[in-house]
Amino acid sequence: MTHTVVSSRSREVVIGFDRPFCVIGERINPTGRKRLAAEMAAGDYSSVQADAIAQVEAGAHMLDVNAGIPLADEPAILAESIKLVQSLVDVPLSIDSSIVEALEAGLSVYQGKALVNSVTGEEERLEVVLPLIKKYDAAVVAISNDETGISEDPDVRFEVAKRIVQHAADYGIPAADVVVDPLVMPVGALGQAGVSAFRLIRRLREELGVNTTCGASNISFGLPNRHALNATYLAMAAGAGMTSAIMNPLHPEEMAGVKAADVLLGVDPNCARWLRRYRDPAAQSSDADRNSRERRRRRV
Amino acid sequence: MSESDDLDLRSLGDDDLVQQMHDDLYDGLKDEIEESVNILLERGWTPYDVLTKALVEGMRIVGIDFRDGILFVPEVLLAANAMKAGMFILRPLLAETGAPSIGKMVIGTVKGDIHDIGKNLVSMMMEGAGFEVINIGINNAVENYLAAIEEHKPDILGMSALLTTTMPYMKVVIEALKEKGIRDDYVVLVGGAPLNEAFAEAIGADAYCRDAAVAVETAKEFMQRKHNQRGVKGTSAA
Repeated sequence: MTHTVVSSRSREVVIGFDRPFCVIGERINPTGRKRLAAEMAAGDYSSVQADAIAQVEAGAHMLDVNAGIPLADEPAILAESIKLVQSLVDVPLSIDSSIVEALEAGLSVYQGKALVNSVTGEEERLEVVLPLIKKYDAAVVAISNDETGISEDPDVRFEVAKRIVQHAADYGIPAADVVVDPLVMPVGALGQAGVSAFRLIRRLREELGVNTTCGASNISFGLPNRHALNATYLAMAAGAGMTSAIMNPLHPEEMAGVKAADVLLGVDPNCARWLRRYRDPAAQSSDADRNSRERRRRRV
Repeated sequence: MSESDDLDLRSLGDDDLVQQMHDDLYDGLKDEIEESVNILLERGWTPYDVLTKALVEGMRIVGIDFRDGILFVPEVLLAANAMKAGMFILRPLLAETGAPSIGKMVIGTVKGDIHDIGKNLVSMMMEGAGFEVINIGINNAVENYLAAIEEHKPDILGMSALLTTTMPYMKVVIEALKEKGIRDDYVVLVGGAPLNEAFAEAIGADAYCRDAAVAVETAKEFMQRKHNQRGVKGTSAA
């Protein structure tokens, strides 16, 4: 059974087929968030701080940290953000940048075993990112595209993922430390995007035995009622073998989709987490005495 | 099944037919658009009038409703596809009759970046607005852009990047244009999720376009300005 183990200084999170779906909070990312970008560029981390705490409270198992601000000192800002977030919350982090110097800056200040987001299948990227993963004993998100682009054929993307896993092995990085992002396309533009994503996820799980992750909202680009679509997609993807997603834990519909998938896939024993989260609060408040007794007994 | 199935397009007068074409574009009905384009041509309409009054006007309505969140991506793609089928009939005739060009654009995603869909959406919406679009695909080095503008002599150069690592390449392309002394021959529009106005300005682009609808509006504005400056409609400097 493949287990991707990531950690902070004090907490370990395991991503795996027999584990609850791993929710990686996406909010600390200035892309498309004008105010956050301006703040971070000016050295003001108050929103980063608030986003970190709110996401963990909302149930994120990990947090993604991205500092991709145009024309700013990304390595320095990313390292600062990581230090700050690690001082506030104890969940493991995903260090997110497409700039190698920023990844290294983030890794050098990170305490624990990080997830690095990401490496693509292009030779020149693999050759610079994989040695970093090895050096800092991190895990890595591998995006299944290469020099030739993003193939619409899931079987071509499978081959790209397989090549990245083999490359990682050449650097001494085990397959368990490679989390593949199958690159889900907007279904509004490509009608078969869902079907081919599920096919690819299933192959990645069954043939390559790797964990997988994805952005949760790309699928619904350009369509209305995105939360419902995202939630259903996440649950179906989990059913096909997806084990984590980079998503907004503050969105209740998406979180419900993920939690429901845990129940239906048998990784929420006795539905305990589902019950704890969704029990009707009115039922608890009807008898204060009984309620407190029950709470003592229920320790999950 | 529905009443539109029974509708005889030939029985409509010109005004009603053009109205119907706007509706058919809105509904993405490719076959009906082709038929209607042919009917108007048979009735002696100039290809330019068919293009502007029927197709471009219809797509303008589609664009507005897309911008306002009434229509969504799959519907816009269908509409653009219907428009394209109409354009396929009109394009050779437009060239023959020397009709004024609405504008020409070369568009591509920059080197190192393989994001395709947003750029294609812009490309289709631009075609919908009557622009001739040469889509040079993804992962384009400076040489590709230079070769494409050399060959096609567009009014507008569009560049897309979705990564903070690839967006600086837009500046490389603009610098190359400056070096060759041809920067001001083209309107340079840039787009992609990580960009913003400040970045567009810093690299010397003419404008940042947030989405496909904005790209079309911006392109039209620049073409209008260009025409006004020259005082002559549609002549393109060699």
